[in-house]
Amino acid sequence: MSLPAGLEAQLPALQIVVPLMAALIAALLRHPRWAWWPATIAGFASCAIALLLAKSAARGEVTIYALGGWIAPFGIEYRIDALNALVLVIINFASLFALVHARRSVAAEIRPERIHWLYCAWMLCLTGLAGMTITGDAFNVFVFLEISSLASYILVASGPKRDALLASFRYLIPGSIGATFFLIGLGLLYMQTGTLNMADIAQRIGEGGTDRTIAAGALFVVIGIGVKAAIFPLHAWLPSAYEQAPSSVAAFLAGASTKVSLYVLMRFIFDIFGIDLAFGALDIDLLLMVLAIASVVAGSLVAVQQEEVKRLLAWSSIAQIGYMTLGMALGNPAGIAASALHLFNHALMKVALFLAIGNFVYRTGSSALGSLVGAGRGMPWTMAAFVVAGMSLVGVPLTAGFVSKWYLLAAALERDLWPIALLILVSSVVAAIYLWRVASAAYEPAPADSPAATIVEAPWTMLAPLLLLALANLWFGVDPSPVLRLAEQAAVQLSVPFESAEIIAPSPLSDTN
Amino acid sequence: MTIPAPEILALGCIVLPLLCGGLVALAGRYPDLRETITLATGILVFAFIVGIYVEVAQGARPQIFLAHFLPGIDFALEVEPLGLIFALVAGFLWPVTSLYAIGYMRAHRERNQTRFYACFALSIACAMGVAFAANLVTLFVFYELLTLATWPLVTHAGTPEAKRAGRLYLLILLSTSIVLQLLAIAWTWQAAGSVDFRLGGILQGRMSEGVAALVFCLFAFGIGKAALMPFHRWLPAAMVAPTPVSALLHAVAVVKAGVFTLLKVSVYIFGPGFLLASGGGRIIAFVAGFTIVVASVVAIYKDNLKARLAWSTISHLSYVILGAGLATVWGVAGAALHIVMHAFGKITLFFCAGAVLVATHRKRISELDGIGRKMPLTMGAFAIGSLCIIGLPPLGGMWSKWSLALATVDAEQWVLLAALLLSSMLSMAYLLAIPVRAFLYPAAAKEPKDASRSGEGPGESPAEAPIACLVAIGITSIGCVALFVFPDPLFDLIGQVVPLHR
Repeated sequence: MSLPAGLEAQLPALQIVVPLMAALIAALLRHPRWAWWPATIAGFASCAIALLLAKSAARGEVTIYALGGWIAPFGIEYRIDALNALVLVIINFASLFALVHARRSVAAEIRPERIHWLYCAWMLCLTGLAGMTITGDAFNVFVFLEISSLASYILVASGPKRDALLASFRYLIPGSIGATFFLIGLGLLYMQTGTLNMADIAQRIGEGGTDRTIAAGALFVVIGIGVKAAIFPLHAWLPSAYEQAPSSVAAFLAGASTKVSLYVLMRFIFDIFGIDLAFGALDIDLLLMVLAIASVVAGSLVAVQQEEVKRLLAWSSIAQIGYMTLGMALGNPAGIAASALHLFNHALMKVALFLAIGNFVYRTGSSALGSLVGAGRGMPWTMAAFVVAGMSLVGVPLTAGFVSKWYLLAAALERDLWPIALLILVSSVVAAIYLWRVASAAYEPAPADSPAATIVEAPWTMLAPLLLLALANLWFGVDPSPVLRLAEQAAVQLSVPFESAEIIAPSPLSDTN
Repeated sequence: MTIPAPEILALGCIVLPLLCGGLVALAGRYPDLRETITLATGILVFAFIVGIYVEVAQGARPQIFLAHFLPGIDFALEVEPLGLIFALVAGFLWPVTSLYAIGYMRAHRERNQTRFYACFALSIACAMGVAFAANLVTLFVFYELLTLATWPLVTHAGTPEAKRAGRLYLLILLSTSIVLQLLAIAWTWQAAGSVDFRLGGILQGRMSEGVAALVFCLFAFGIGKAALMPFHRWLPAAMVAPTPVSALLHAVAVVKAGVFTLLKVSVYIFGPGFLLASGGGRIIAFVAGFTIVVASVVAIYKDNLKARLAWSTISHLSYVILGAGLATVWGVAGAALHIVMHAFGKITLFFCAGAVLVATHRKRISELDGIGRKMPLTMGAFAIGSLCIIGLPPLGGMWSKWSLALATVDAEQWVLLAALLLSSMLSMAYLLAIPVRAFLYPAAAKEPKDASRSGEGPGESPAEAPIACLVAIGITSIGCVALFVFPDPLFDLIGQVVPLHR
């Protein structure tokens, strides 16, 4: 596919503008069925844009886009390298698969007069997430973070039960505190460096060395983003938010929102603060390592005890976020690659798992483990996809999950941290146990009086995205090379200093400091 | 006729059973066609393996590249002598077991026979993959698939007991392999930068001896299919499966895949010299010695025939582990030989147990008094199988036990030698007691409780099992004798790996 040169140059801006416009159109249409169309069309377009951006990023190119023609550091620049190109692909595809699923699912779960607002919020959330990912400006991250956060509070609150409001509130409070922390951190960094452009901050921290203010700023940023990424012990909002949100929204959020926060964390730690400051002076690696281990242990152990499948999957997400944080904390290229890879693979499996449960909810109205008993007979395809995605989550060979687990293992062993390697493996056995509980329940014979005894397979528009994702879990388990290339490229790019000198024109401002 | 290249034959050994699984699933409505497909594929696969043998015996090492997987790790196959021995055994016994299964499953009126034959074929495909894998990761993939493919066979009956057994099966096999074995593989990769099987090992000089000992222990316990104590509980539980499954998979293909993997790790990853120096092999050899004796003692107390055979299998798997752990020339040879000899002996015993079950619905040894006069062929074969397992001439088991005993003498491990001899005596007690009771004791006065429960079959006056079962039993019994008389091809193959002829 070849695009006109003019259009191709504008792709980074379009990545943001397309969903933003779709949000506007969805709101203006004010129609429960039509509102889905602009969102989905925009979803397809955004995916295409993300793929095009990833294609050039895979060659090792860094795309710089000066927004509005204002050269950084005066204006805001968008900056796409291998890592955020990968994240863009993840969030756009997570959104698209969930959107296709959402048409029937949302119509069944949400009051009709609210549906267009849901798609509007969905697109705003996607805009915010894509913006956080694509931007090269630290303050711009905060702006988009607020957009995506506010939109996701709305998304969660639109859930079918009244508890959704409470869940949204429990999300809103820590979310706002986190955003505030992030803003305070940025303020401190700005105070010392006098710039908000990521590359500039990195350069000045590199030149000027560090002081207490920068250290405090860095910690505020890490903790603030840690809330949004749901790293233990800042995870409390996540289980009820995923449980109460509409099923398709839960799939979207599970696949996209925490991933972006983890990405931002990676960007700040490795590129802006640099590994010397973050890991050398501040011991953030130790902090993250401890929190990651706690996430893995707590997430796995709590997930085993859940009786509500969406909640179970949410707790499992906390454990998986621990994996991704762990790779970051290991800090070696293999660890960074493992993290980047698992961002992608975890989105593959978790979106599939949530969509599968969404299908059950569509047919039975419940996602309790008890109501699932016997559902496998009525919904063979849904259940098969659930099993495949579940095996990927466990890390069975020939599924995507195995590849990222292998990288994480190799990274841990490279640092001679074999207890961590053991922890990773034991927790994947625990994952096998909690997914087994769901799968074995579904394949039990159904009691005669339960709704599961009479259910039929979900409609094909809900089934198609699910099956595609299940196949993708197998595909990327056998041939992980496309994602591997991006992930390894990202690991290389993150290990060298943030290139800024040759991109940013010397400016009067940068001389004054 | 020209024989196709051995590479194609080796690939065929994996692809054909896969195809067979698919065809069987499609032909489910026509039992005769379904079973013809299984039998024909089995015979064809064995012919393929013989074709590979001709080449490998002359020193060829067919290599097949399947796909790039991770950087530096490919999906690839390579046929080497030890893997070929394992493939020969599994490939020969699959059609024989299929023949037996036709008699058994029909006479026993088992349900879901299509699923049974399909999963059986898939399991064989995975076992062949284990046999021919060129590196640890490829092997690990087939190893895990083998667990998953056999699980429906374990839970075949669908009873709560079968489901419990299935859970235990998955839990132990998956958790040991995911936690311990995968850790060991990743550690190997980290240290050596490779996971390929190389004669002489890849770890020497790349890993300190202490770490190497630890990693070998991780392998030994992580390969749960080898049923080394304390990870042996799944094997007796899996006996709830139909008898052909217990016979081929839980006496030959699955469990031997486990000990074979360990043998391969010992020879091709560590290398005998390095393993000896690290001391890890000796630790595992002692654990194996412990398992050998304890499992034999437990076997004596089991009245359920299949349970007793299962405990005997646990004991004899550790013979192979002992040989792999000692890693001397005769240790490796004994381990490889015991994979074959025990396979033929134990499958005969399981066939006989199944034949008794089909003909009389008796599962307990205490109910078998005097049955030899009604089923002389079956119980005669049982005696041959027992002698083969015990390791007496003129049966194949003698060669492997002799080699293993030599290995303990070479290594001057007298405790292990004592364990081997003690186990031989215990084997006599728990195995030979059965034909003795069957032939010499007066017939049981009253009917056993659960006989004729399903209302069919000659519960009152037992006769021999269906003819298909008898033919299969005959083939494996003759095999036990033939292996004593003609062990040379095996010795030649092993001689390509370790210097047997000094």
